Amino acid sequence: MNDISHSPSAAKATATKAPPEVPQESAAVPKMRAEKVSVHYADKQALFDVDLDVPENQVISLIGPSGCGKSTFLRCLNRMNDTIDIARVSGHITLDGENIYDKALDVVELRARVGMVFQKPNPFPKSIFENVAYGPRIHGLASAKRDLEEIVATSLQRAGLFNEVKDRLDEPGTGLSGGQQQRLCIARAIAVNPEVILMDEPCSALDPIATAKVEELIDELRENYTIVIVTHSMQQAARVSQRTAMFHLGYLVEEGPTDMMFTNPTDKRTQDYITGRFG
Amino acid sequence: MSATDTASASAPVDNQLGAVRAGLKRRHAQERRFQMIGLAAVFAALAMVAVLFGSVLFKGMPAFWQSTLHLQISLNADVIDVGPPPVQKAGQNPAEFEAELTDWRRALARVSWNKILEKAVRGVLPADLADAKTRDIVGIVASGERYALRDMVLEDPSLIGQTIDVDLLADANVDNWLKGNIDRSLGQSRQQLSPGEQEIADALAEKGVITQSFNTGIFFNVDSRSSPASAGLAGAFMGSLYMMLVVIMLAVPIGVASAIYLEEFAPTNRFTDFIEVNINNLAAVPSIVFGLLGASIFINWMHLPLSAPLVGGLVLTLMTLPTIIIATRGTLRAIPPSIREAALGLGASRTQMVFHHVLPLAIPGILTATIIGVAQALGETAPLLLIGMNAFVASVPSSPMDQATALPVQIYLWQGNENFNFFEARTNAAIIVLLGLMISLNAIAILLRQRIERRW
Ligand SMILES: Nc1ncnc2c1ncn2[C@@H]1O[C@H](COP(=O)(O)OP(=O)(O)OP(=O)(O)O)[C@@H](O)[C@H]1O
Ligand SMILES: [Mg+2]
Repeated sequence: MNDISHSPSAAKATATKAPPEVPQESAAVPKMRAEKVSVHYADKQALFDVDLDVPENQVISLIGPSGCGKSTFLRCLNRMNDTIDIARVSGHITLDGENIYDKALDVVELRARVGMVFQKPNPFPKSIFENVAYGPRIHGLASAKRDLEEIVATSLQRAGLFNEVKDRLDEPGTGLSGGQQQRLCIARAIAVNPEVILMDEPCSALDPIATAKVEELIDELRENYTIVIVTHSMQQAARVSQRTAMFHLGYLVEEGPTDMMFTNPTDKRTQDYITGRFG
Repeated sequence: MSATDTASASAPVDNQLGAVRAGLKRRHAQERRFQMIGLAAVFAALAMVAVLFGSVLFKGMPAFWQSTLHLQISLNADVIDVGPPPVQKAGQNPAEFEAELTDWRRALARVSWNKILEKAVRGVLPADLADAKTRDIVGIVASGERYALRDMVLEDPSLIGQTIDVDLLADANVDNWLKGNIDRSLGQSRQQLSPGEQEIADALAEKGVITQSFNTGIFFNVDSRSSPASAGLAGAFMGSLYMMLVVIMLAVPIGVASAIYLEEFAPTNRFTDFIEVNINNLAAVPSIVFGLLGASIFINWMHLPLSAPLVGGLVLTLMTLPTIIIATRGTLRAIPPSIREAALGLGASRTQMVFHHVLPLAIPGILTATIIGVAQALGETAPLLLIGMNAFVASVPSSPMDQATALPVQIYLWQGNENFNFFEARTNAAIIVLLGLMISLNAIAILLRQRIERRW
């Protein structure tokens, strides 16, 4: 986990203490960038002026105590907050430099580019095949049936599920075990070939073995995708992510390379959180 | 942990266990009590349904078996002196032929069918009744049956000159008399059947000329005032069917579409709150108000015909819409939001989300909602009275624009008939038919639902 690249925000978030390594790619444009993002649920503010960069082909984990706004922030990145009537998002979020809250940008296109895996596995009550095929089908990614089958097979393979389900693709996805369901949801998300995958506590319902499989998968996916993952497990953050962002009460406390965050956090609150003094 | 610690810690635990145990008894008793109340309520409801169905069946079944005369009628050419029906001669003007045919029909209608009937009945009367009065003999047969006889000959002129076996309904009062619906000990001044008719009826019943036979007329005849014995439900049934068609074709699509829009697309703001409140209000409006509304809008303003199933269907649609909307919204709301998030998160548009994922899951519930609404509409009477559907209609409507009545209105009309002794059974028979229709509607919905659920 030493292949850490530094984005400008790393320097900003750790301003009180100079980063030990000189940023090598400070000019690189991050895959996604959030600037002064605030979210209100009705009158209640849940996020306060969050600035965060999501570097390309890396895994960034969002940590912090329950209710601090991790999911809220994650859902800003593919505008899932639009579906909540009372949610109001302000600030600026870009994907490859484009403002995703721009009127001209189609939210359907955005979500095809920024996929999402939810905390609770939520397969469609349709067959395993249909679950994975649905995304490619609505986006017109496969013209022939053979192409679609190909996409489904490779997606399931990459999610590490293919061998377990290859003989029963026409059985309902809801009939799988919790861990299999979550991997099915991951397969479903990567079947549309997004650029960014958002994962909200993808392992919270899984046993250690299934968790290990998903973590392995995340590590592999990093080669082709940019991944933002919310997790409550410090170990998981340490294992899978290159960068970590710590949230507290709606504020981004600090953000930096994962190993630094865990060995040498700058903020007292981060220190307390990762050592388990509150949470 | 020291020994004293353990001791002091175990004391409250003991107490706690004791407290739990002491409470357990009470809790179980409470649970049993509640279960008993629930069970009692279920049985009370079942018993009431059983009493209701039982009494309806008990009272209604006799109407399906009605006093019928089995007669041999000779259609002698000397009585029916109308000759054979005209045939179109070569080169004859069609209008001329038409006129001849009409003349022939008129002549047939003028034939004294009463005389033919009288002769047939006299033929089977026992000798001691040989001097029975003509009026009494003719009065035995339901008055509508002579037209049925005429229509038979109209349809098949070759019957003229033959002797045919026919089953003719007896008069309603004969039916009452023979079934014992009338107290025979009442004074003659209070009997609807004249003494002569009473004797004839009893004699014929004894000889087996009059028996209780299954009466198909109740299904295939229209309502009748002059001949209550032949009154049937065909007109009301078709009227109800047309109205149901209108309701299903209008209320279901409109209701489901509005529910989907309100639940899945509409933003929550003052305006949609206002709509929501008003839909709920509308569901609570007494149905007769919808009848008033229908009368003023569809009849007075749009000049649609009175007593038409179309108007009835429109009124019932208005009445059913809130039910369908509210029930459908409930179904949609019960579908887990995670399914919606999954679809949206994959980049499905809202419409795709609704039609690919939400609706398929909601269809069983929507079907139930539809059935509740349609069944409610099927049994509705009050609003129909205000748009003229309680008019006496003696024909089967051939389109939703024709005059018609409806099953529940027919029940209401029959219940109010002055010959209550006869119509009480008829009324209950109509209720049986209405209930049968509802049960089959429900059965269809359940079948559909099972099929759809299995497929997902
Ligand atoms: N739909 C909503 N309506 C109103 N308030 C909300 C909604 N979703 C979240 N909130 C509020 O916003 C704040 C942040 O919630 P969020 O779900 O982002 O927390 P979180 O960091 O993901 O917590 P957890 O780790 O428990 O999932 C909380 O105070 C929560 O009560
Ligand atoms: Mg969360």
